[in-house]
Amino acid sequence: MTVPLVTTGYELAGTEKRFIGWHILVAVSALFVGSLMGPLQSFEFSGLDLYRYLDPIIKDYYQGLTLHGVLNALVWTTFFIVGFTNLTTLKGLRRPLSHPMVNKVGFWTMVVGLVMTAVPLLSGAATVLYTFYPPLQASWAFYLGLTLVVVGSWIEGYGFFLTYRAWRKDNPGVRSPFIAFAGVLNMAMWQIATLGVAAEILSMLLPWSLGLIDATDPELARTYFWFTGHPLVYFWLLPAYISWYGMLPKQAGGKLFSDSLARLSFWMFLLVSIPVGFHHQFVDPGIPQVWKWIHSGLTYSVFFPSMLTAFTVIASLEYAAKQRGGTGLVGWVRALPWNDPSVSAQLLAGILFMFGGIGGLVNASYSINTVVHNTTWVPGHFHLTVATAVTLSFIGISYWMVPYLTGKRLHSPRLAVIQGWTWFVGMIIFSNAMHVLGLLGAPRRTPLGQAPYVPEEWSGHLLRVSIGGGILLVAVLMYVWIMFKTATGPKADASDVPEVPIAESLRDPQATPAWLDSFKPWLIGAVALIVLAYGPQLVKQILDMQLNAPGVP
Amino acid sequence: MTHEAGTKESMGVDPFERNWMIISVILLVVFFALITVAGFALGFQVPGVETRVDPETLTDSLPWSEPGVRELAPGRYEAYVVASQFTFDPREIEVPVGSEVTIYVASTDVQHGFKIQDTNVNMQIVPGHVSKLTFTFDEVGEYPYICTEFCGLGHAAMFGTVRVVQPGAGGES
Repeated sequence: MTVPLVTTGYELAGTEKRFIGWHILVAVSALFVGSLMGPLQSFEFSGLDLYRYLDPIIKDYYQGLTLHGVLNALVWTTFFIVGFTNLTTLKGLRRPLSHPMVNKVGFWTMVVGLVMTAVPLLSGAATVLYTFYPPLQASWAFYLGLTLVVVGSWIEGYGFFLTYRAWRKDNPGVRSPFIAFAGVLNMAMWQIATLGVAAEILSMLLPWSLGLIDATDPELARTYFWFTGHPLVYFWLLPAYISWYGMLPKQAGGKLFSDSLARLSFWMFLLVSIPVGFHHQFVDPGIPQVWKWIHSGLTYSVFFPSMLTAFTVIASLEYAAKQRGGTGLVGWVRALPWNDPSVSAQLLAGILFMFGGIGGLVNASYSINTVVHNTTWVPGHFHLTVATAVTLSFIGISYWMVPYLTGKRLHSPRLAVIQGWTWFVGMIIFSNAMHVLGLLGAPRRTPLGQAPYVPEEWSGHLLRVSIGGGILLVAVLMYVWIMFKTATGPKADASDVPEVPIAESLRDPQATPAWLDSFKPWLIGAVALIVLAYGPQLVKQILDMQLNAPGVP
Repeated sequence: MTHEAGTKESMGVDPFERNWMIISVILLVVFFALITVAGFALGFQVPGVETRVDPETLTDSLPWSEPGVRELAPGRYEAYVVASQFTFDPREIEVPVGSEVTIYVASTDVQHGFKIQDTNVNMQIVPGHVSKLTFTFDEVGEYPYICTEFCGLGHAAMFGTVRVVQPGAGGES
């Protein structure tokens, strides 16, 4: 038996829609500028060096690469996610924010941080890539700006927690609506995860860039960084999962297959996203092999909730397709609404994510990671995950969300369908070539067009990277054009404006066990696991800290 | 916690989904067993904890003041490599085929990478630490070692070569 979960409910006020819209505007602008840098890098691989023509604006490959990483991986994602979480909180809980001023302060803190980061990035005073490993040194404004972006996202998180608490007080014993629960969980995970980078910047990088301390301990900085760096990818991914579990089934004409397992997988992400960071440091000196091996095992365990997600999402989609008359073991796939650009973009994102997940197992492996570590395999991998599973899903979400927020009609849904496919095709070419080059030994973060050791046999793959990058540029330009035309178009009739798609659960969510709807035990578990899996080595590295690497600009 | 009347709690796991979960867990356990065997029975190594160094005074004293390759015993060598913007010192390492070479790399400035192509030698070079791995070169040939971490504007040009030669063929000349 099914019960209506959230089909009607809270209507957002114009001010609330505008507030969310600002987040999306900043996000899409960042994606636009950041993505213009990507093709420059990919063209360089086959010897087409466009930087010489851009000289006063972009000085070199690495400045472009830093902009690409910071704007796409950090700014586009964070602003979109926080904006989207505003929407899932309000629509899920069917009430306004309990303290809207908190969220306003959070948002503007993020914006101030972004501007502060942009100045050194654009002037070439922060060409340190988006991992900003010391002792390469950036301007203090870069570190402070990034800190403010993170702190702003924390503050908006407090706004969601307060709203959730108020809802819980009014609704004791009621299962929290899935999309609201999952969004709040993601922000809670983010608070814990970012403690690493906060420690890195506040205890070391910021005082060092201000001249208060002379030198850094680069290995300790790396350990702090990757404490945050891996859960960062789940912070990006979980909002896409919220859409795949809680919205996409509705758009496809079906229901969420299993409310309880959807929640279980989110709790597992809270539990095991963080104590896995050493798998980014497998080849680092100064960390005992045994800790690397332990984190390798823990990283495998994060694979489990993703396997759960694959089952539940595909089952939900199959249910939807069969409601629409689809038949067959796999033939039902054709019955999905592929002509809906929001649906098709997210389906294509999900398809490429399967390959991203499989490659991720290689990265997680203590042993075979050695073959691919610091090679182009790694950016090849995360262009399937963050740049497709996440980004193409966010693009798909924006195809209903931007019309919903602006009260406009989506500009040319047909072009939007083509846009998703263009991204898909470009990414297959780009990412496959990057993976292959990585297996052949090509280093990441390197302008291979000018590297003297590149053998002739790589050239075909390098050309495929350039072609894929060119196709992706077209896909990004199409997306920004559609967003621009949608936002500046005329107001549409209310009946032409999409509603927020919220999928019902096939089972009564009230039947989901209470332990799957209670934050306390899971938060305690998450912290306990971090203490066990990170505590001993982290404390040792802090006690052994030697600040002996002075800054290099 | 209280519930609305008449709702019985259960996970409600579909039989197919239960099987899927069981298969997932088995897969992960098998993978973990495999890397455990590789790491602890077959001798697969990643860099670990070595002595710490001061990057600014690294090359003032032995062994880092005289980087290069040294024979420890017949068929066993050690090589010390200093990484700094934007060169490896030495730029060439020559050993006879079949040699077991223990490679130590340290940086005098920023982070670098050290990857010997077509081998399992792949290390992050972090100022303040020594990265160490051992590898046996069983085939004659040239193996470039390249910097795999962004280290500044000249990063793409930073590389060297391991020459694995037949014993007595050239080498000392």
